[in-house]
Amino acid sequence: MHGNKTMITEVRKMKKDKMKIDKIIVIILLTIGGILMLTPFIWMIFSSFKHANEAMLVPPTLFPKVPTLENYIKLFEELNFLVYLKNTLIVVAIFFIGLLFNAMAGYAFGKFKFPGKKFLFYMVLATMMIPSQVTMIPVYLILNKMGLINTMLGIVLPGLVGAFNIFLFKQFMGGVPNELMEAARIDGAGEYYIFFKLIIPISKPILAVQGILTFIAGWNNFLWPLIIANDEKFYTLSVGLSLLKGQNVTNFALQMAGASIMVVPIMIIFCIFQKHIMEGFVTSGIK
Amino acid sequence: MKKFISKLNKYKYPYLFIAPAIILLFMFSIIPIFVSVGISFTDMNIKGLANFNNIDFIGLENYIELLKDADFHQAIRNTIFYVVIGVPFVVFLSLTSALLINYGTEKIFSFFRVVYYAPAVTNIVAVAVVWGFLYNTNYGLLNNILNGLGLEGLRWLQDPILAKISLIILAVWKAIGINMLIFLAALKGIPKSYYEAAKIDGAKKFQTLRYITLPQLRFSTFFVTITTLIGWIQFFEEPMVMTSGGPLGQTNSMALFIYQNGFKQSQFGYAAAGSFVLFVIIIIVTLIQFRMNKQDAWE
Repeated sequence: MHGNKTMITEVRKMKKDKMKIDKIIVIILLTIGGILMLTPFIWMIFSSFKHANEAMLVPPTLFPKVPTLENYIKLFEELNFLVYLKNTLIVVAIFFIGLLFNAMAGYAFGKFKFPGKKFLFYMVLATMMIPSQVTMIPVYLILNKMGLINTMLGIVLPGLVGAFNIFLFKQFMGGVPNELMEAARIDGAGEYYIFFKLIIPISKPILAVQGILTFIAGWNNFLWPLIIANDEKFYTLSVGLSLLKGQNVTNFALQMAGASIMVVPIMIIFCIFQKHIMEGFVTSGIK
Repeated sequence: MKKFISKLNKYKYPYLFIAPAIILLFMFSIIPIFVSVGISFTDMNIKGLANFNNIDFIGLENYIELLKDADFHQAIRNTIFYVVIGVPFVVFLSLTSALLINYGTEKIFSFFRVVYYAPAVTNIVAVAVVWGFLYNTNYGLLNNILNGLGLEGLRWLQDPILAKISLIILAVWKAIGINMLIFLAALKGIPKSYYEAAKIDGAKKFQTLRYITLPQLRFSTFFVTITTLIGWIQFFEEPMVMTSGGPLGQTNSMALFIYQNGFKQSQFGYAAAGSFVLFVIIIIVTLIQFRMNKQDAWE
């Protein structure tokens, strides 16, 4: 009897050990994968603090022997990275206006009845299926006709609103109870007041996700700045970086510093807000 | 007329709310489709851009020209190569990493979630700059590692076949994160009771995976496969920023072919025709996928 009991605990313990071993194997696999995922980033950051010559040593060093900020200083003092950075931040700021447009449209589709609603909403969804290569050339021609080539407005307009964002806002705001809005209307609140003072504060979870994604999209925006900006004073970081790559083919340390300026801020923002993005994914109903 | 205005007034607010977004979508998504169809039947180029009188209607000539264009054929072949190799890797690796990350609930697992997602938020030019350095024949990390192991360095971006594979590696690295999140969301949605039932029935780990987890992930697998497929048929940014389609068009893709004809050679009509061929291919592939998925469901 007694022996039986110890045997049961023994078996339990073995099972627990086996689970532990499984978990360790999983963690080892994940670590190997994680190293592969992170190597480019680590290499980029360490190399950005090396002197130009050290970055080309064979065999290479991992840590910079004499860490230096000369690459970063060169980017901002000799090259135009300050201008690129300013333009990128302007693009991001304008993209947030686009976010507001998306939210407004999502709200109207989610909470109002009006003639043509169904048709317009399907049209919005249909734009998601159009490959960007098809619209690329006509959009360029349209912007050209409007005289927006080589302007900030021309850079941001094509990507300002997005069907998928409108869809997500509609999903979320459609769930706001009608009574809330009715009560506000009875109290004499105007429609703009209701949207900005009632709907927007309630929609914080979706706004958080969309806000981060908008920031990332604006920051990383590349194709339209490349096509539209002919003048270096309108270059964004991504276009400036591709210029840097072309002009300093063998100065890898400088290139890595340029890349770090693009990547590190977005990584920091991403790490701070990653929980919202992950949870947003689960709640936005993509299953 | 009066009635129309009063009606408009009644629905003033919803129309005002949707107006900015709808106008922008019309201008930059809907109208361009029709413009694109139109110019694909013309010889529009840089002269036509300056003065519309220089544009001539040439019927199907652009499309016939595409059928004969060896560069376009090569771009199609390369695109098939990208899709056939890249898509299965993306689906398999993102599913695998999601399953592994879903294995535990400890902090370290959410840490890995961030790590695996990190490449997805990285700008493509920065990615190209960093990977260009890693792939560099003389000073790159990869060849230095190979040399350290006593092996000969590879010509990562110069060899015709290897260059394509190098681009695929980079694109897969960047694509895992977002698809992994979709799988993770789906895994969280599987009812716990299924696993408890399986445990009571004495199912092994592998059996649980085979008969419960994977079937439950059917829809998200379909979703990931189809969006990845559509994305990879439009494979564009990687060859554009890494190789510009070289060496000798060996890494050129259909989408890059369209871009280069449109914006480098200013052959707007020809490029628009190319973009429609791409569009039709995407539609056909999507329809086939939906068909196959339906058949699957009926079995």
